[in-house]
Amino acid sequence: MSDHKVQITVNGVPGTDEIEARLLLVHYLRGVRGLTGTHVGCDTSNCGACTVMVDGLTVKSCSVLAVAVDGSEVLTVEGLATEGELSPVQEGFRQCHGLQCGYCTPGMVIAATGLLLDEPSPDDATIREGIEGNLCRCTGYDMIVDSVRWAAEHGGAGAAAERHAHGGSVPVADTGPAPHGSPPQPAVTP
Amino acid sequence: MGSMIGAAVVRKEDPALLTGRGRFVDDIHLPGTLHMAYARSHLAHARIVSIDTSEAAALTGVLGVWTHEDLPGLPPSRSLPGIERPCLAKGKVHFVGEPIAVVVATDPYLAADAAAAVVVDYEQLPVMASLAAATAEDATPILDGLPSNLVLEQQLSADDAEAELAAAPHRLAIHLRNQRCAAVPMEPTVCIADWQSGSLTLYATTQTPHHQRNELAQMLGLAQQEVRVIAPDVGGGFGAKASFYPEYLLTAELSRRLRRPVKYVETRSENMTAMVHGRGQEQDIEVGFDDEGHLLALRVKITQDCGGWPDPGGVGLPTLTAFMSGGCYKIPKIAPSFRSIATNTTPVAAYRGAGRPEASFLIERVIDHVAAELGIDPLEVRRRNFIQPGEMPYPTQFEGIVYDEANFPGALESLLRHVDVDGLRKDQADRRRDPSAPLLGIGFSTFVEMGGFGPTPLFEQFGYVGGWESANVRLNVDGSAVVKVGTSPHGQGHQTTFAQIVADQLQIPFEHITLLHGDTATVQEGIGTMGSRGAPVGGSAVLKAAAKVRAKALRIAAHMLEADENDLELVDGRFGVKGAPDQGVTMGEVALRAFKPHLLPEGFDLGLDETAFHEPSNLSYPSGAHCCVVEIDRDTGRVDVLRYVAVDDCGVVLNPLLAKGQIHGGVAQGIAQALYEEVTFGEDGQPGSGSLVDYTIPAAADLPHYETDHQVTPTSFNPLGAKGLGESGATAAPQAVVNAVVDALAHLGVRDVEMPCTPQKVWRILQAATQNGS
Repeated sequence: MSDHKVQITVNGVPGTDEIEARLLLVHYLRGVRGLTGTHVGCDTSNCGACTVMVDGLTVKSCSVLAVAVDGSEVLTVEGLATEGELSPVQEGFRQCHGLQCGYCTPGMVIAATGLLLDEPSPDDATIREGIEGNLCRCTGYDMIVDSVRWAAEHGGAGAAAERHAHGGSVPVADTGPAPHGSPPQPAVTP
Repeated sequence: MGSMIGAAVVRKEDPALLTGRGRFVDDIHLPGTLHMAYARSHLAHARIVSIDTSEAAALTGVLGVWTHEDLPGLPPSRSLPGIERPCLAKGKVHFVGEPIAVVVATDPYLAADAAAAVVVDYEQLPVMASLAAATAEDATPILDGLPSNLVLEQQLSADDAEAELAAAPHRLAIHLRNQRCAAVPMEPTVCIADWQSGSLTLYATTQTPHHQRNELAQMLGLAQQEVRVIAPDVGGGFGAKASFYPEYLLTAELSRRLRRPVKYVETRSENMTAMVHGRGQEQDIEVGFDDEGHLLALRVKITQDCGGWPDPGGVGLPTLTAFMSGGCYKIPKIAPSFRSIATNTTPVAAYRGAGRPEASFLIERVIDHVAAELGIDPLEVRRRNFIQPGEMPYPTQFEGIVYDEANFPGALESLLRHVDVDGLRKDQADRRRDPSAPLLGIGFSTFVEMGGFGPTPLFEQFGYVGGWESANVRLNVDGSAVVKVGTSPHGQGHQTTFAQIVADQLQIPFEHITLLHGDTATVQEGIGTMGSRGAPVGGSAVLKAAAKVRAKALRIAAHMLEADENDLELVDGRFGVKGAPDQGVTMGEVALRAFKPHLLPEGFDLGLDETAFHEPSNLSYPSGAHCCVVEIDRDTGRVDVLRYVAVDDCGVVLNPLLAKGQIHGGVAQGIAQALYEEVTFGEDGQPGSGSLVDYTIPAAADLPHYETDHQVTPTSFNPLGAKGLGESGATAAPQAVVNAVVDALAHLGVRDVEMPCTPQKVWRILQAATQNGS
């Protein structure tokens, strides 16, 4: 199995790693980068527990090879809260009891964040369609719909996701949105 | 401070889970961890001729490959005597997915490569993948210890009620099928065994850490203190994670042999055949009734599919179905019996409701059949048969099964305040006349189930030490509290609800209470979280422990204030002297004093640290009334739920926000069983639903908005008055939906639609009924 050198920025933190060609992005995030918030719930890309954002688009990271995102920016659930404050979507889930066991939650929160980036004021049907790629076995979804609506009414996708989607990788609030596809920003050591 | 009981506070659990800082078993990485993978059977019933592990063993990173023969002395897991399941297939496989060999490698990808390189030669045996095949005259016995595939047979009444049925003015035979479902917690089974210096630590995705500790200690010949089982964050369970799984024992043994931690992470596709399934019942029913629809006699013959290795939690499921088969109705004679049958399929055990949804579906479908037969409104048939509130507690004909306080007719009337039945009936009639309009159906479910499992004599039958639960409440020097509880939540929110109970008892801030659970080394004895026992049994233990702390704190406060205990009251976190509001001490001051021996009466036990057990006097019986309104597309047969209204009586509600979540989740699983889910096997035992591509877990767009309400009839069977509600939705919903589907088609002469009511099935019934010229 050949190894490949990749540069992947996760939650604004660049990384350079030697990885196997077959390594899935979700295992890269969990195993190589130690970001265990992104979960694996199936092996057929049905459940969405592994949903992350790559260059502004939500993807199921169990269905993406890590080498395929060489040079990209990834946003995971760990990157949503800023300065210790939950993102509007995270806060919405908390306020509306949009989670129980919490296993699908990181993927669901990222999917909902992606939905709000595309559609800041979704109606309930749009929310249900927008999270259709993410399965939850605990909640029956109704309170997740409440959670996403709450988020839409309280700030939308949130600052970290907006910055990520608009190409900036530096987790600083006042840099303003960079043009999409701009080169990676200098390293920031957490 | 007002009462915390009944407050809709948001959960303590959430910030970690929402920011990716939860700790699930697969998130734990111990230094030096090795990875285990299974080579599993591709056949449903076969003799193993040979296993060639040489290629697998030679692969890079592989530390070893083991079959049953390579692990002599490793005991089987518990079942009925003579049919215990070996940890790896012993000469024969009983179902597709049964583990045959394990490999251990330095990396999970390499372990998977090696597992795929294990070569097994089989001699095929006749496959009996259905109840019909397994009970046929010429069926081959699957279990070596048994002469046939009959595992257990019981008659739970003195006779078969033939006399009562024969004497009834009307008699109806009904066959019902409660299809096999998969629990599919979003987190599959994961465990890490870390054997050091003769003792074992196992991190596992279990609902029952203490029970697993007991099982492992017994199997490994260790003292229980040498085995520590930790269930950290667990990603759902729904009953299926209460069972013992062979990987717990295998990772332990391999960690012992290899002197390194060994981790096992199940894939979803493995999970779909390896984790126990639920339901899997065929029911042959005969009901006798009079012209007014009064039920006079009920005979229930249950055939329970146990799968290839009967699970101790699965064999007894039909007893629960039998006990609850009368539902919330006065039926003079009930005659249940069951047969538990082995088949060449995945083992069957608990899944949300575990035996009670099967009963509730049965009796609620019977009611609608009787109504249809007599041409009486199904609501009226329900009203005529209800056990009345004045008759509670109501002893059923089954010894020890006594319904606690409830109001069955009241719940239905409460439901009907939310549902305009007359308006719906008019809409239904209009749509039937308009061929372009989708059909409308209205279904009801007035249910009662069992919650709060124990007591001990009942729970012993499922292999547990007891049916009690335990709690320890300890105040720190500053008056903050640490609570340790023997339940093991996996989404239920015990950190929040149990802290509410303690805050209420001790009048200390909710924020100053921390709950520890799921670790046999830190928590005193415990049983676990299943059978809707969290609030009624676990919560009652917490209440009792907190009350003991409060009583001791009162003694200290009385000493501090030089007052009589009877003259003190605890208000807003302060013990005050009645009638002298300026005299008082806060709980914090009392807590500090509890650690100052020189300022306490001589010989006073230091500290505020109390443990309590709660053994329920009986099960509790959550009940309620649900209504489902469906729309059926005439062209495709697709069923859409337009409205789902649930009135639940779970007794005292600790936290309405979390209660709502439990009801929603249960109803969702019930609707899913009614419309979408079924585990299937081909005649050759090959799974037809072996991944989430084939097994339909509904997504957000497939499920409705739920309207919920409560009727509160506290139970006297536990000090909290809570009955439990984790399983109510899954118990109530399937028949509400199916009754609605059948109701939508009733004008075409349709009397039954089997679950799941898929578009294909409904379309075919529609076609057949329409062509018959109805």
